[in-house]
Amino acid sequence: MNAFPSTDPLLQVHNVTRYYGDRIGCADVSFDLWPGEVLAIVGESGSGKTTLLNCLSTRLAPTAGAIEYRMRDGTMRNLYQLTEAERRLLMRTDWGFVHQNAAEGLRMNVSAGANVGERLMAVGERHYGNIRSTADDWLGRVEIESDRIDDDPRSFSGGMRQRLQIARNLVTRPRLVFMDEPTGGLDVSVQARLLDLLRRLVADLGLSVVIVTHDLAVARLLSHRIMVMRHGNVIESGLTDQVLDDPREPYTQLLVSSILQV
Amino acid sequence: MNDTAQIFEQGEYNFAYLDEQTKRMIRRAILKGIAIPGYQVPFASREMPMPYGWGTGGVQVTAAILGKDDCLKMIDQGSDDTTNAVSLRGFFEKTAGVRTTYETSEASVIQTRHRIPEKALREDQIIVFQVPIPEPLRFLEPRETETRKMHALEDYGLMHVKLYEDIAKNGHIATTYAYPVKVNDRYVMDPSPTPKFDNPKIDQMAALQLYGAGREKRIYAIPPYTKVKSLDFEDYPFEVQKFDKPCGLCGAENVYLDEVILDDKGGRMFVCSDSDYCEERRADGHLGPMAADPAAHQFGATQAEETAR
Repeated sequence: MNAFPSTDPLLQVHNVTRYYGDRIGCADVSFDLWPGEVLAIVGESGSGKTTLLNCLSTRLAPTAGAIEYRMRDGTMRNLYQLTEAERRLLMRTDWGFVHQNAAEGLRMNVSAGANVGERLMAVGERHYGNIRSTADDWLGRVEIESDRIDDDPRSFSGGMRQRLQIARNLVTRPRLVFMDEPTGGLDVSVQARLLDLLRRLVADLGLSVVIVTHDLAVARLLSHRIMVMRHGNVIESGLTDQVLDDPREPYTQLLVSSILQV
Repeated sequence: MNDTAQIFEQGEYNFAYLDEQTKRMIRRAILKGIAIPGYQVPFASREMPMPYGWGTGGVQVTAAILGKDDCLKMIDQGSDDTTNAVSLRGFFEKTAGVRTTYETSEASVIQTRHRIPEKALREDQIIVFQVPIPEPLRFLEPRETETRKMHALEDYGLMHVKLYEDIAKNGHIATTYAYPVKVNDRYVMDPSPTPKFDNPKIDQMAALQLYGAGREKRIYAIPPYTKVKSLDFEDYPFEVQKFDKPCGLCGAENVYLDEVILDDKGGRMFVCSDSDYCEERRADGHLGPMAADPAAHQFGATQAEETAR
């Protein structure tokens, strides 16, 4: 199997630890992420998933540890030694961040087209016609009708907002996307459609994804590998099927057995 | 800017109202502003004896640069004799005793609200703008910490998002005043609420431009002969407003016109917003199509407030 053609990791995480005062947010997390790989971080509320994700995406500086990322020129750079300007450029070109609440990731008072076009304009695109046709193309890819391009996201349903947020992030062809509970708060049929869409886009674009979720079904559908967190520590990790079908840790067993069987 | 310090009697104002230490502080901010064209310099704005929105920023800048030999012109919406201009001119006549004028070419310092005179300014003139909201990114990004960071990192994509919205919603860039510009290829700046008609005048202007925002406590500047580019898209280039008629009183074309309602039967005329320019042309014998109209005549002397914004 050659799903991951490159032998060089895209992201290397070394002993990342984050304290909130005396309390632990996440402790001593290390892993490598390869191009095209989807990694799910699962665990219950308060287990440190989001803290870890924020550390990885430079939104929250870790107390200790290092995170290295392979830039487009092939060099490995420590994220927290980048200049602010480099970090911002990275975040709006090579990375995406999909929030659980779409309103956090969108500009709610500008049109859908402008939401998708914002990153293009931020990296210097100055041709209105091109921006608009690219935005239109991306709205199509996330299954939003063309005639909604000039509507505010406020008039969109929850599922549409989430899809718009995804289009907005993918328009610059990022290589790494962070997702924080992307299907949270959506009803199951909308969730299913969104997961379908995500799975297709991730495969088409060869994206690397770090996805935080408490929903093991999402993890099973989307991810290649899985990390189970509890009390800020990674207690089990491995291939998704292997961990979910044959959990070793008692806590993971508990998680897996807590899924409602209908 | 000669010696403005003086020994004054009890009950007398210091020259141009502000005390000398305050003027020094403002001059330092102005110098910094000139050194970094388009950058908003914070300054300790004082309470002035007039409400915010009346030009407290412009007044403080003018007070700081005024010398005894200066000749001051005050413009409000292009006119010298509307409320704001009359009051501020009176303020400086009383507190500084400087000469004042209506004539653009005679003035050495021009303080303005909304307009730049039609007549090209010279190197020995300074134009002071009254600015209500100095931050061009404010309506897109409410956090001051974030807008400062955006300026520092030249992260101006958001400005084009606004222009994109304009085109998407109106078919053209519908921003007609406070049209954002990029100064000296670096800072994006709000040229105060002047109509975009005046934006080309800011570019490579011979006179020094100073912008003062009293409530927001910011001063910024454009030195003479500085490149100022109005933001636009390649396929939607920047354009100024066009008027299909000349000025009703003086017949001038390619100037900014105000609409004046003449009666309640739909009578109206378009006249130069720059009243000094209009009067000078009429004195030179230029007459517009409505110059002889008795209804129009009463507006010849005192023009109504600009209505079109």
